[in-house]
Amino acid sequence: MSSPTSTPGRKRGRDGNPATPSSEGPTSPPSQRRRGQDSSNGDLMPMPTSPATDMLSPAAPQDTSLFSSPRPHPLSPLMYGTPSSRVEGTPRSSVRGTPARQRPDLGSVRKAPQVDLHSDADGAVASEPNAGQRLVIWGTDVNVGTCKEKFQRFLQRFIDPTATEDENAGLDLNEPLYMQKLEEISVVGDPVLNVNCLQVQSFDAELYRQLICYPQEVIPTFDMAVNELFFERFPDSILEYQIQVRPYNALKTRNMRSLNPEDIDQLITISGMVIRTSQLIPEMQEAFFQCQVCAYSTRVEVDRGRIAEPAVCRHCNNTHSLALVHNRSAFSDKQMIKIQESPEDMPAGQTPHTTIVYAHNDLVDKVQPGDRINITELLLISPRLHFTVQHPNSLSHVPAGIYRAVPMRVSPIQSNVKSVYKTHIDAIHFRKTDEKRLHGLDEDAEQKLFTEDRVQTLKELAAKPDVYERLSSALAPSIYEHEDIKKGILLQLFGGTRKDFSQTGRGNFRAEVNILLCGDPGTSKSQLLQYVFNLVPRGQYTSGKGSSAVGLTAYVMKDPETRQLVLQTGALVLSDNGICCIDEFDKMSDSTRSVLHEVMEQQTLSIAKAGIICQLNARTAVLAAANPVESQWNPKKTTIENIQLPHTLLSRFDLIFLMLDPQDEAYDRRLAHHLVSLYYQSEEQIEEEFLDMAVLRDYIAYARTYINPRLSEEASQALIEAYVDMRKIGSGRGMVSAYPRQLESLIRLAEAHAKVRFSEKVETIDVEEAKRLHREALKQSATDPRTGFVDISILTTGMSATARKRKEEVAQALKKLIQAKGKTPAMKYQQLLDDLRGQSETAITKELFDEALRSLADEDYLTVTGKTVRLLA
Amino acid sequence: STTGESWSLTLTIIYSKTDFSNPKSGWEAKVVEFFKDRLKEKDAHTWVPSLNDVPLHYLKPNSLVKFRCLIQDMFDPEFFMGAYETVDPSTNAKVLRCGRYKDVTECGVDFNSRNTVTAERQTFYCVPIPGENPWVKEISSSSRVVPSTSYAPTRQKRSYEEDDMDDMDTQPQKQREPHSGWELVYIYFLQTHGNGDCKRQETEAPSSQTASASHLDLNFPLPGEKGPSCLVKVYEDWDSFKLNDTLEVFGILSVSPALSALADEKDASSSILDPTESMETAEEQRVHSPPASLVPRLHMLYARPLPHNNPLLPSATLEDNSAFLSSTLSEMASVRAELLTYLTHVLLGDALAAEYLILHLISNVYARRDVLPLGKFAMNLSGCPAAALYTQRFYQIIQQLVPSSFYLGMSLQNMNQMRLVPKKDYVANRLVSGALQLARNTFLFLDETHLEQGQLDTTGVRNVTALGNLISWQKVDYDFNYHQMEFPCNINVLIASEGRSLLPSDCQIHLQSQVSPPNMEEYLSNIQLHPQTSSQLNKFRIYLSVARQLDYSISDEMTKSVEDDFVDMRKDDPQSVSAEDLHRMLVVARLLSLSLGQTSLTRDSWLRAKHIDMLRRSRMEQHQCVNGNEP
Repeated sequence: MSSPTSTPGRKRGRDGNPATPSSEGPTSPPSQRRRGQDSSNGDLMPMPTSPATDMLSPAAPQDTSLFSSPRPHPLSPLMYGTPSSRVEGTPRSSVRGTPARQRPDLGSVRKAPQVDLHSDADGAVASEPNAGQRLVIWGTDVNVGTCKEKFQRFLQRFIDPTATEDENAGLDLNEPLYMQKLEEISVVGDPVLNVNCLQVQSFDAELYRQLICYPQEVIPTFDMAVNELFFERFPDSILEYQIQVRPYNALKTRNMRSLNPEDIDQLITISGMVIRTSQLIPEMQEAFFQCQVCAYSTRVEVDRGRIAEPAVCRHCNNTHSLALVHNRSAFSDKQMIKIQESPEDMPAGQTPHTTIVYAHNDLVDKVQPGDRINITELLLISPRLHFTVQHPNSLSHVPAGIYRAVPMRVSPIQSNVKSVYKTHIDAIHFRKTDEKRLHGLDEDAEQKLFTEDRVQTLKELAAKPDVYERLSSALAPSIYEHEDIKKGILLQLFGGTRKDFSQTGRGNFRAEVNILLCGDPGTSKSQLLQYVFNLVPRGQYTSGKGSSAVGLTAYVMKDPETRQLVLQTGALVLSDNGICCIDEFDKMSDSTRSVLHEVMEQQTLSIAKAGIICQLNARTAVLAAANPVESQWNPKKTTIENIQLPHTLLSRFDLIFLMLDPQDEAYDRRLAHHLVSLYYQSEEQIEEEFLDMAVLRDYIAYARTYINPRLSEEASQALIEAYVDMRKIGSGRGMVSAYPRQLESLIRLAEAHAKVRFSEKVETIDVEEAKRLHREALKQSATDPRTGFVDISILTTGMSATARKRKEEVAQALKKLIQAKGKTPAMKYQQLLDDLRGQSETAITKELFDEALRSLADEDYLTVTGKTVRLLA
Repeated sequence: STTGESWSLTLTIIYSKTDFSNPKSGWEAKVVEFFKDRLKEKDAHTWVPSLNDVPLHYLKPNSLVKFRCLIQDMFDPEFFMGAYETVDPSTNAKVLRCGRYKDVTECGVDFNSRNTVTAERQTFYCVPIPGENPWVKEISSSSRVVPSTSYAPTRQKRSYEEDDMDDMDTQPQKQREPHSGWELVYIYFLQTHGNGDCKRQETEAPSSQTASASHLDLNFPLPGEKGPSCLVKVYEDWDSFKLNDTLEVFGILSVSPALSALADEKDASSSILDPTESMETAEEQRVHSPPASLVPRLHMLYARPLPHNNPLLPSATLEDNSAFLSSTLSEMASVRAELLTYLTHVLLGDALAAEYLILHLISNVYARRDVLPLGKFAMNLSGCPAAALYTQRFYQIIQQLVPSSFYLGMSLQNMNQMRLVPKKDYVANRLVSGALQLARNTFLFLDETHLEQGQLDTTGVRNVTALGNLISWQKVDYDFNYHQMEFPCNINVLIASEGRSLLPSDCQIHLQSQVSPPNMEEYLSNIQLHPQTSSQLNKFRIYLSVARQLDYSISDEMTKSVEDDFVDMRKDDPQSVSAEDLHRMLVVARLLSLSLGQTSLTRDSWLRAKHIDMLRRSRMEQHQCVNGNEP
């Protein structure tokens, strides 16, 4: 079991000798071919018995062994299975019978010699003895045997101590995780094993280090290990090809910006956004040559994009008689994907970097450009350097170096080269961060990684008794006072706890807090919105004036190139899990506003357009600002009258704040002081006073990800009491003053307040603050200017109780009037109004009359079409 | 340098074998240090020829040049051979070479050498400062001492000879014993061409260059710009640079024809299976490797950030040049008075508008508090006569005073068609520039008198929104197709309109013409003719630039008095003064003090600020006209 073609001194072909591309004789084991090819070959050709010969290196002895390597180099790496395993005639349902699929993602062209564990003397030729008898792959410290054993041990023994039920649905948490996954493979037949690198690390740090540093050597070893294990366990299972290990979640997560030359040929994880994908590129893996004279055929593996065309037919010894047969050559799929840094990772004032990624085989077409997809967990081997040779005809000079790449040739005449390398990344594993947006909840997808130190700082901050005040004052420090509004916005930033009642038919329960700010122009509402938009990672800022329903929701577009229909998402969908800031809410057209109804309660967005019917998640909190219809806020009118928004929409806001200009001297003085110091304080002074925006951002992100407070017993009681109290207030005057929506708001606010404290339990203090804030907001927005009472019905029905009573009266009077007219099926609108005015003692405004008509129309008593009023039967 | 001979600063860097394979030897820093020191020497930087004013074909490759520019785009970092070994095919002798500050390697690279060091560098696409006014260009090019390393294009086939020469320089070194330390040899040598010789030849217009430039879009932010753009290779600290920074880059010029050859021969020689092939589209190739004759490469040795591009000011910062500062400060008040008279004349005899115009011209975003830019002072000059192209003439006058400016006629067609916001082109992988990609303190003149009734399309609405954002937040949201990215800016926006502008502004002033309409035509043509002596213009130019650079503070005492004032004003009539008014008055007071050369607020300045603001507001009340743009 020697490696017969090895010539001493030809270690990994680095010395510039021809990297001998071997022809692969028909005797080559099936393990290098895909099954499809395999069978067709069997049909087309008899099994020739001629031995495989290395055509380009006549010095090499003829390979008469049955175990001839299909690889160009005898000590070729990454042979899946030891040579001994490739005995002909073994049953298909074993590691030997299942074809190994090439892994272009690992760079099939790289041919580092590997220790043949079963060989004795010859093995040492290629390996440098290290630590006595330990043999390692040249250039690394990886011992294949040890590595394999370790990985098998990992597979057999690893139990995830931190696993939670929902992550691994259907798996027994107390059994080795990966053995269960292998079982799954044997059932499902999808020969891909995703391995979480962090788990490898926790199990065996050394193995992990090797995986990160020498992925091209270690991953094939893993493949080997897993296949041996698999077929030992499930000897009867049949897979399309051998199992491939796809590690993900390598700790060496790299920002694209921080990639540097040391990362070449290492396993890293980077995140980014797909900006462009190429068409599918068929990449030739194996060229098929046929002799024009004797029809003898041979296969040549493609090496670094080049085919070493056999010059002599070894059957009939004619020169230049071999021709390439394209449709019998083997190709693999490849796709170029361009990814760009995600905007969150970028330092301000710089443009995003892009990187080229190659996806191979089944990873092709897994991602799409334009969907604003963040791919994370893009595992890659390396920015790999490519080279073409400087003399086009000196093919033999291509060394099998670690960097199979060298600068681009400048011109054949001058033999100097451009000294820049081309780099790219080979993808091993993709994970889309937001792929679940369409499917369901996925909180951890965007999990931000916090360092220990950071978490410590945040926790210390959370432990401070005045953390709530601190955070709210850190919010938009340039805006003066409005403390309750800032507190409200702070709670909005944290949000409530997400609950799922879909099993009981209630669907998702809104966790996001919606806030509306109304008030005089020039009270820094826009500034507050801008601040929030800048603070949250997934914020969107739109102005009601310029946006259409389409801009807010989503629209269907035909891609001019592919003629594919593409769903383009609007601001609301883009701010899923974030905050959508809508300025000039009042200037929005009715049709645009109407889409908000669904978003603000159901948190979904339905689209039925151009044959696409779908429901997108839009779990966005809405922070809106509205100006009064008259240029100034009219204190004599209710909120609804001032901003003229439909009450159906207003009732979906948890908190409605008025930002008015308070007019008292002390306030003025503080304001003046604030502004002057804002202008003339130095940066340092400002920083001392306020929390850093980055800390605030991290604090919110941490709380949103890790804290899920639940109601405690006392808190529940307190909430019930609060709700009952609210209902009581109104009941004295014979009206309903609180609705379940208000209770839901209270719960959300209380939960958000608990999150601010990093508390897993909602306690009474949280409820107290929620009540207070809710009351404050109501006091501002739901006071009936006529009576001076806080009247929730202003917000829920659009008018105060007194106004409603008045409307009822007018409606009744109108009905009487019509009835008095006898059987007239149709009346003139103006006539009716004049009649009513003539009859009534109090002034009847046109609006009042319209409302009365509407309420009668609601009773199905009449309909109004244009200027005619018709009675209904 | 005044002897009439031209200096040349040519560099040849020779490294001993042990050095550059060891990245820790720190020779890189030493090179940079050396150049910095040399350039600090008196007037040394003026000897360095500038890409801005010397045509490219007069510059010698591999020589030191400078470039006054704006970073328009940042490309991806690239890995290059920091050090490599070459093998002489005949002798098999190996020589270690350095790849830094070079685009192309020497012959016979040994790709298998263990001594190869992969290093990283960043490429910036730089364009001349957009909207730089002709007077700036004129003065900077005349202040240059001699076209030092520039040389006559008598030897057209220079590149090969040049290469040989370099080789010759290094040849003796190769024979030496390996040195333990690093070794750098810089040769200053006197160029033999006489000065006059150079001058004469420079006047010859390059003919071939203009023709070939047409098919390549050099991506200037503003239409009609000229000048070379440049690929600047940055070797260290590239994170400290930001998009739209203005810099003076000192670096080694690389115009190797080999770089262009690459693009041309691409199609012919590459095979389909070449893995490098599919990585870049043809567009990307064109953008990222343009012919070096059009877009030279500049290997940065060191870059000086430009706080301004006024060539009349000393290049050192104001703090370092106290003599200049004190002399200017002492003259401030008198120059201001002259300028005020001049501008009053230009503004049809309206002294108040002229006063505000001065404040506007020296305004500057000096800080940001969360999202709020402080110090911006966008002005709306309403009541501009539509007659006789007044706005254009007005702009031409301002153009004479400020270093960079841009006139944007807000006609419907312009708004619907112009690209204001830069947009990322993913096919060519570059940021396609737009008119709002401007350097700091550029004067942007929006002429709304050109706007007629009509339909704004989607682009138009976007453009108007972008202008609004620019004015309110001093930021431009660049379009990255899948998302937007916010870039802060610092642009002085002046909107000229007949009524109140549809765009927001920090202050609106209604022009009160002292000229009767029948005489307007004549008066305007007189403004144009009214010649300002260049020395006076220069005084104004220096004045405006210096006033903007000054530091400013406010004492506790004044803080108190401002507060009291505010409270008093509110007491009388709370509606009259709002927080926003205080914001504006603080800015006005600041600018007023600076315009007088005072670096801290005085009681007088505060009262004066209040006074002129009151005058302005009372004037606005008279001209109250409802056009729907009121808040």
